[in-house]
Amino acid sequence: MNRTQKQSRFAIACLKAVAGFVVVILAFLIGYIFITGLPNISWHFLTSPAKAFNAGGGIGIQLFNSFYLLVLAMLISLPIALGAAIYLNVYAKDNWFTSMIKTSIEILSSLPSVVVGLFGFLLFVVQFNYGFSIISGALTLTIFNLPLLTRNIEDSLSNVPDDQRQGGLGLGLSKYETIIHIVVPASLPGIISGIILCSGRVFGEAAALIYTAGQSAPALNFADWNPFNIDSPLSPLRPAETLAVHIWKINSEGIMPDLTQVSSGSAAVLVLAILIFNLSARFIGRKVFERMTSVK
Amino acid sequence: MQNQKLAKKLMKKSKTARYERFGHLLSLSALLLIMAIVLGIIVFVASKGLATFFKDGISVKDFFTGTLWNPGTKTPGGHQAVGALPMIVGSFLVTILAALLATPFAIGTAVYMTEISPKRGAKILQPVTELLVGIPSVVYGFIGLSVVVPFVRNTFGGSGFGILSGTFVLFVMILPTIVSMTVDSLRGGSRFYRQASLALGATKWQTIWKVVLRAATPGILTAVVFGMARAFGEALAVQMVIGNAALMPQNLTSPASTLTSVLTAGMGNTVMGSLQNDALWSLALVLLVMSLLFNLLVHMIGRKGAFKK
Repeated sequence: MNRTQKQSRFAIACLKAVAGFVVVILAFLIGYIFITGLPNISWHFLTSPAKAFNAGGGIGIQLFNSFYLLVLAMLISLPIALGAAIYLNVYAKDNWFTSMIKTSIEILSSLPSVVVGLFGFLLFVVQFNYGFSIISGALTLTIFNLPLLTRNIEDSLSNVPDDQRQGGLGLGLSKYETIIHIVVPASLPGIISGIILCSGRVFGEAAALIYTAGQSAPALNFADWNPFNIDSPLSPLRPAETLAVHIWKINSEGIMPDLTQVSSGSAAVLVLAILIFNLSARFIGRKVFERMTSVK
Repeated sequence: MQNQKLAKKLMKKSKTARYERFGHLLSLSALLLIMAIVLGIIVFVASKGLATFFKDGISVKDFFTGTLWNPGTKTPGGHQAVGALPMIVGSFLVTILAALLATPFAIGTAVYMTEISPKRGAKILQPVTELLVGIPSVVYGFIGLSVVVPFVRNTFGGSGFGILSGTFVLFVMILPTIVSMTVDSLRGGSRFYRQASLALGATKWQTIWKVVLRAATPGILTAVVFGMARAFGEALAVQMVIGNAALMPQNLTSPASTLTSVLTAGMGNTVMGSLQNDALWSLALVLLVMSLLFNLLVHMIGRKGAFKK
């Protein structure tokens, strides 16, 4: 064996060692979250309200808040992102205006989430006087979510073959009708996967919510579904601490005796939720595709 | 009479054309809304952040070179104590150290996933990195608090809170980001480069080192800059392990703070419009400007670094 071959063998062994080390770190990370967290998860933990001073508190309200904020943020951001993606895909010409738009979307997506949160605080909480509330949080999450969702939808729109568009235009449809009635349905599997992946990101976001949705979770009356009552779960004007904010909050200033158990349980629930979002993004995307195209 | 009616009808836009116009305007307005938001963020944060210098009369030099951070009080020299240098140094230190640590590991792993064992890479490592990219930062912070901080305390002494713990947490946090972006750029390289190199008698390692990595250099640089941008802007994970003392870092294990950690810890305790509050907004402005600079860097790499023939 000559020198270069030996060198090659050695270098590849080193690469394997580096990759092995990284695998160990990653495996440890996921193992640690689940091994310390899963034993603390019970039905009681998932449904009961948190306790500030005693052991035995749960994360029921935080979990509900997380999902409620996620749904609201998605409802607001989806039409905007879809519209922006349609414009970029169909109407945008290759000129300075388009490149300016693309740059500003990139800027928004790379802004630190704490800056987005502070902007939300300034605009929604202080300026619009919504206070620390669900609605401030949902609007801030919308800003946080828009750039990535727009990019995901635009990607799946541009994955649709050009023949489809030409077919629509050839039949005398306008550009807008073509995209709405042909291209958007054809890219639905990709769009749905994109939405679910973005949901995972929004679900775990905390820095943007600390100063917008607030850090307290007042008791809710789950029998009252009238959104205009302040202790109704649906009320958009109540403060709402989410699960991710809860983990940060209790680790910064929590004083309950079972702090570690509550945090590790909450962390495991959060990661489990992200895992489910990731897996279902693939699964549902594929299912929708099969249903629509009868490819099996 | 009839002709006029007909002419009018023909001159009018068809239903389809009106619908098209409506759709065009609708999608344009969605896009303009996003642009307005970006512009709004920059204008709002800049106007708040600059108030420290214009309204409260703090000199820019004091802000960037002062080492005493306690807005509202005076330094021994009689200036206002709004020296942001400790936080700026803290932010840059954790970012650069984490990137230095993560880059070799990330490139090694990415090369392993694409060149050495693509099957195992695609089956096991790919989904795991994807999951880890999505793990919320508070979870990293919590693990940092319960694993990294005690480890640093027992190994290096001190309280365990400090730059070193922050570096480790950010290292693990940006590793999956850099790996998955590097993998993308390695896969993007043409198969023919590899084949040509191997056909010339180069070993596998020579091919990886001189051809594959060279062709992917702009992509890898972009991945590292993205990782650094994420590390620089990360708030909660760092805030939980760095100790939150607005002091110049003496060594890697002494409590320190970053721009983001001071922001998250302090914003709730100040009154809008006061000097304390304005000073925090100036830190937010520094964050914003840095994020814009990282963006610019990515653009420059994309434009200039492409593989030249």
